Order: sequence, then C-alpha cells, then structure tokens
Amino acid sequence: MSPILGIYASQISGHLFAPSGAYDSIATTTLTSATSTVTFSSIPSTYTHLQLRYIARGTTTNNDESVLWQMNGLSSNGNYTRHSLWGEGAVAQSGADTNSNGGLIQMPSGGNLSNTFGAGVIDVLDYASTSKNKTIRAFGGFDTNNSTNGQAYHYISLNSNLAITQGTTATTSFTFTCYVYAGGSGFAVGSSFALYGIKGN
Amino acid sequence: MPAGNTYEAIFTETLASAQASVTFSSIPGTYTDLVIVVAGTLTTGGDNVCLQFNGDTGSNYSVTTLLGDGSSASSFKTSNTTNCGRDVMSNIQSNAIYNINNYSNATTYKTVLGRSNATNYGVRTSVSMWRNTATITSIVIFPTSYTFNTGTVLSIYGIKSA
Repeated sequence: MSPILGIYASQISGHLFAPSGAYDSIATTTLTSATSTVTFSSIPSTYTHLQLRYIARGTTTNNDESVLWQMNGLSSNGNYTRHSLWGEGAVAQSGADTNSNGGLIQMPSGGNLSNTFGAGVIDVLDYASTSKNKTIRAFGGFDTNNSTNGQAYHYISLNSNLAITQGTTATTSFTFTCYVYAGGSGFAVGSSFALYGIKGN
Repeated sequence: MPAGNTYEAIFTETLASAQASVTFSSIPGTYTDLVIVVAGTLTTGGDNVCLQFNGDTGSNYSVTTLLGDGSSASSFKTSNTTNCGRDVMSNIQSNAIYNINNYSNATTYKTVLGRSNATNYGVRTSVSMWRNTATITSIVIFPTSYTFNTGTVLSIYGIKSA
C-alpha cells in the first residue's frame, strides 16, 4: 500500500502514520543535517483544520533569518497577502504586504546565541474546503537574552495570510523554506517541523 | 499503524483554595510539545503569570512581550531574569496559554510562546527563552505578586509527533 502522505526534503528523518483521533500527528521531521526546504505533501483531506508546529534556526552568519511558508507549491509574489503585528522588545509594529510570496516569521541564525531556536504555531483553517479561500493564522518568534532591542535579537509576531492564487483549491502540500538573501545552508540541525490534523465531528 | 490521539491531557488541577503557585512535576518526556492552559482569576488586580522549569530559580530566562491595552500597542523585553512567560491575568475571568515546542529534546534552549486575555488589562503575546538544554520535567506556574483564586483551572497537555 502506498503511503497516504509524503515528506520530502534533502536528508531529513521523517515518519509516516495512518492517523486516527481528533488531533492526529500526520508527519514530522527533525533535521539531522542542514536543509533549505521541508515539504509536507499529499496531505489527506480527511481533517477539518491543520496545525503546524516548529522550532527553527538558520545557518547564515546573520543574527536572524526568516521561516517562509507556502502552500500547494505557490511561491511567487502576489500568490498571498500578509498582515503582521510584531514586537521587537521596544516598540510594536504592524505591516502588510498584498504582493507576498508567503508567510514569514523571524528565527535566530548562526550569528546569534548558540542553541537558540525560534518557535511557531500555524493554523490552516478549513484547509480541505473547495469552496473557500484559505486563510492562515500564525504565531511565533524568538528571544536571545540580548540587551539590544530589535528583531535581530527579539521577535514576537502574530500573522494572517490569505492564499490568493490558490483560491478555493484544497491545501494538499505545505512547505517551510529557510528564507535568506544569501549564504547559509538552510535550517540548522535540530530544527523540527510537525504537521497535525484536527478533525471536526 | 494508527498514531492514536496525539493531544492528551497530562495534568489538570482545579484549585480548591487560593494558591500562590502550582507545581507540575514528573512531566513525562514522551511528548514533543507541551501546552499549558490557565483559566480563572487572581485575588487582586492584574499580574504576570510566570513559569519556571526544573526548579531553576536563577537568572536564566528572558522574555519579549507584545501587548495591546485598549489604547496603544507596545513591546518590551526582560533579559537575565528568574522566570518567563509573564502573560497577564487579572481579578476578572482571564486566561493564559503557553506553548513549549520540543520541550523534551536535550539539545536546544527552550522557547515558549505565550498568549493571554484579560478583559481589564488587555491582550498579550510573548516569546520566552530558558537558557538550558535539559528536557523539561517540572513546571512551576505563579503570579508575580498575587495568588490564583479558588476555581482557577490549570492544565498541561502533551502533543506527540509522528
């Protein structure tokens, strides 16, 4: 029998289960080598909502980089809109991008305090619907115990995304990408990504 | 092979009397993430709801907070402090929820995501770090200055990953 779910990334450890229950673990991967992209593919449509949970760190020499997420392989500017509210230790800020290529949350990278990882919880509500546009709510950030304010060291964020191009198509894949302008080898060893399905009754 | 239910209640305590703190010990390391839910009231005013792990009362925690109080949004940070979380509850029904992703690994410092809702003090979200790679096996939950009222419910859930 072929697996109902695929995980693909370079050199990752993943496990497959045929799930049951109200909140099921569908797939997870914890990196044993630096990897740029982690994709959960062939997501079954048997749940009502999806939740993704992660810890992540970059490998560039910068203090911070971004976790970028996209659905159904849609990765171009204009495929998504994004609204964000975030704090950097001193001020709260809000921003929007109506020409976005996905959702973003900052994470620490190789230039920052060792062993620190960003964390996030992402919900894709009614992901299997074929009559509704897909919205995502995300919550994540990191703290590095630094005395300097700014998103290089402190970042807590609430985000919403609308998958414009995807339209009413069901979400069947979800991709995390280590989003950097240059350098690095992707997400650091120890970064971990998990996909859960939440059933309705 | 069925994974079974992967979101399980580990502990729940409904306070029969006001308490300054609640300790959950012997947390099994068999889950990947923990979710802590506190719902109820404090005896007085508004206060930070704090966490300490594995009995560590040293200055090994840091917190960054984002909040809205009804008139403005702001952010602040606290470094080298003795607890984390610090989302706000109050003397009116309020709640705080903390996510500790990958609490059971023994290789990374632990990052905590918090959210709280207190009608008379606003909403907060936070990210905290405990500078320790140890698996979290016990958690103390306490308001900074006040106490949890009778009837306050504190729960810890475990999430297993495949």
